[in-house]
Amino acid sequence: MSLSAYFVINLILALLLYLYGRSRAIAFSSSRKLFATKGYFGLHNLLVAFVPSFLFVLIYTLAEPGMIRYLVQSALPSVLDVEPESFQFIYNELLNVHAEIIPFDASNTTHTLGLAVYVGAINTVSISKMLLFGSIVLIATMYALYRTNPSFNARVHAELMIKWILMLLSMISVITTFGILLSVLFESIRFFGQVSIFDFLFGTQWSPQTAIREDQVGSSGAFGAVPVFGGTLLIALVAMAVAIPFGLFSAIFLSEYAKSSTKDILKPILEILAGIPTVVYGYFAALVIGPFIRELGDNLGWQLTSESALAVGLVMGVMIIPFVSSISSDVISAVPMSLREGSYGCGATKSETIRNVVLPAALPGIIAGVLLAVSRAIGETMIVVMAAGLAANLTFNPLEPVTTVTAQIVTLLVGDQEFDSAKTLAAFALGLVLFVVTLLLNIYALHVVRKYREQYE
Amino acid sequence: MDKPIFQVKGVDVFYGDNHAIKSVNLDIARNEVISLIGPSGCGKSTFIRCLNRMNDTIESARISGEVLLEGEDIYSKEMDVVMLRARVGMVFQKPNPFPKSIYDNVAYGPRIHGLVDTRSDLDDIVKESLQKAGLWEEVKDRLTAIGTSLSGGQQQRLCIARTIAVGPEVILMDEPCSALDPIATAKIEDLIDELREKYAIVIVTHSMQQAARVSQRTAYFHLGEIIEVGDTDQIFTNPKERLTEDYITGRFG
Ligand SMILES: Nc1ncnc2c1ncn2[C@@H]1O[C@H](COP(=O)(O)OP(=O)(O)OP(=O)(O)O)[C@@H](O)[C@H]1O
Ligand SMILES: [Mg+2]
Repeated sequence: MSLSAYFVINLILALLLYLYGRSRAIAFSSSRKLFATKGYFGLHNLLVAFVPSFLFVLIYTLAEPGMIRYLVQSALPSVLDVEPESFQFIYNELLNVHAEIIPFDASNTTHTLGLAVYVGAINTVSISKMLLFGSIVLIATMYALYRTNPSFNARVHAELMIKWILMLLSMISVITTFGILLSVLFESIRFFGQVSIFDFLFGTQWSPQTAIREDQVGSSGAFGAVPVFGGTLLIALVAMAVAIPFGLFSAIFLSEYAKSSTKDILKPILEILAGIPTVVYGYFAALVIGPFIRELGDNLGWQLTSESALAVGLVMGVMIIPFVSSISSDVISAVPMSLREGSYGCGATKSETIRNVVLPAALPGIIAGVLLAVSRAIGETMIVVMAAGLAANLTFNPLEPVTTVTAQIVTLLVGDQEFDSAKTLAAFALGLVLFVVTLLLNIYALHVVRKYREQYE
Repeated sequence: MDKPIFQVKGVDVFYGDNHAIKSVNLDIARNEVISLIGPSGCGKSTFIRCLNRMNDTIESARISGEVLLEGEDIYSKEMDVVMLRARVGMVFQKPNPFPKSIYDNVAYGPRIHGLVDTRSDLDDIVKESLQKAGLWEEVKDRLTAIGTSLSGGQQQRLCIARTIAVGPEVILMDEPCSALDPIATAKIEDLIDELREKYAIVIVTHSMQQAARVSQRTAYFHLGEIIEVGDTDQIFTNPKERLTEDYITGRFG
């Protein structure tokens, strides 16, 4: 039975029970002892009939391939000679034969006997699925019928179930995040089994192209990530040099000088910058700013490439202006009016007040905004892939091409890869470091913002 | 009365369509403490903020009429608002020290106005202002502590010192004791009495006892108008207007 068939059966049953609950509730509503409206009886039955069986089908379906494999693995040795090491190979062949990717060969015992075992396993698993589903549905139905009586408080029970369902759903996103983190962590540990963590963090040579065959030249591969992190840092610095002044000054203008009507128009426009797809910024960096810088260099008699940290940093800086400006203008507006009035009252001008009172008071919040923007900048991928280049230069000259963590991850993973070579695993190690760095930046920034809010509440 | 320091002539204030002050006239003399009393929302704060153009900071506020400081219209184009506010200092309802050290709070005004050239002159101004504000003995050993670390009453005296340090001629106080306990209030009231020798003081208060204790004259505001102005003794013992009497005897509302 297919997944959708289960779903439809489940739904029909739930609807029937819903209608039953409603009509029964209406019938005994004359008893005046109704703990709940008919709606709650219906809802209670609907949830009881639907949720547990639906969850069961979902989880069971996810676990199905594993169970089939387990059954085949334990049954196969009784009909065929299989070495434990070659099981994966045979199992893959069986999967392919069953899916008719590999033609069935009647003279091959692996095909004949093995396939029988495989099909048997599939049947066992799906029959037990049906049986279990049937019994869950039966129990749920009986429970719902048993509960549909005037003395049952359907409202309390239905509300309680809603709470649990919502909690479950919100847990899923948390669990997913942890799952991602764990898988990155796990792959990184495998990488550090092949390359020492010390070489990775402090090595200055980055050339991840390991040879596929032993006799190829340059087969060693070097995984010193310093140039990669250096490139990220350099680009982030250029971006900050753009974003901090522009973001901060526009925040000051918006929250201190602009009339509220001007602000209502300008602020959304500025925030639109944050909504432009990064690939568009990428074009802009690669096709406009990069060549522009190169031509500028030509005119000055410098040999420059169109791929440079400067081009990427400038465009990225524009991209993160809204992060700096919108958080900064929020914290600037949060500085109490009474402080400004105190300063005006001493005869300070507007700009003196901003410089001496408002900005110092808003500084922690502004720093937090900048940190969030930094973490955004170092995680940015599209612009750097399109415009930064892949040369792992260890340099502090923004006119040279550099590469970044994100651009390297993309190159390491694009194309045909063996999934356990050091080259591929290096991508996970880079990702892990990036994740940890941005996580720390975010935690710190949010902490500062929160402390700052408390100060004025 | 000598020539008054402030002459307010036919002033109206609007917040958008809300007519908050209605053709108010008032003279304020040198060396007097005048208190403004009246029910909440009657426009006392709005009025006092007209005297140093603090209402300029409110986008919706519009003002018409004349406010003369030593005969000069403070709303004329030639008026330098910065100079005006240096001459007419203000102490607010809630103590609002800057998140800076005690020293820097008091030195704030002198520094931005370039009143002193040397550090020792600045030290003198800070010390003198804190002494006048009656705070010196309590803070002289911790001038570098942050101003917000003081108690509420100390913070308010710090704000008074900050205002004095600029060397104003008039000090406006908008309910300066409303956030303070009776002991801190008594200190501030004594201070106001001393300050009267050098400054004209306009104080908004909700406490009639306070008005009676510190001021020589009292103005009663009602719905944006001044109903009655007169010697404090006369206002509290023998008001001419019915509305004033109702308010003072607590029959208001
Ligand atoms: N910033 C503002 N924007 C718009 N209207 C305001 C503003 N400030 C005050 N008002 C209005 O002006 C009127 C007078 O207010 P004001 O603050 O001067 O009263 P008040 O006498 O000081 O009252 P309180 O004793 O409660 O401090 C009120 O109707 C008030 O709603
Ligand atoms: Mg007020």
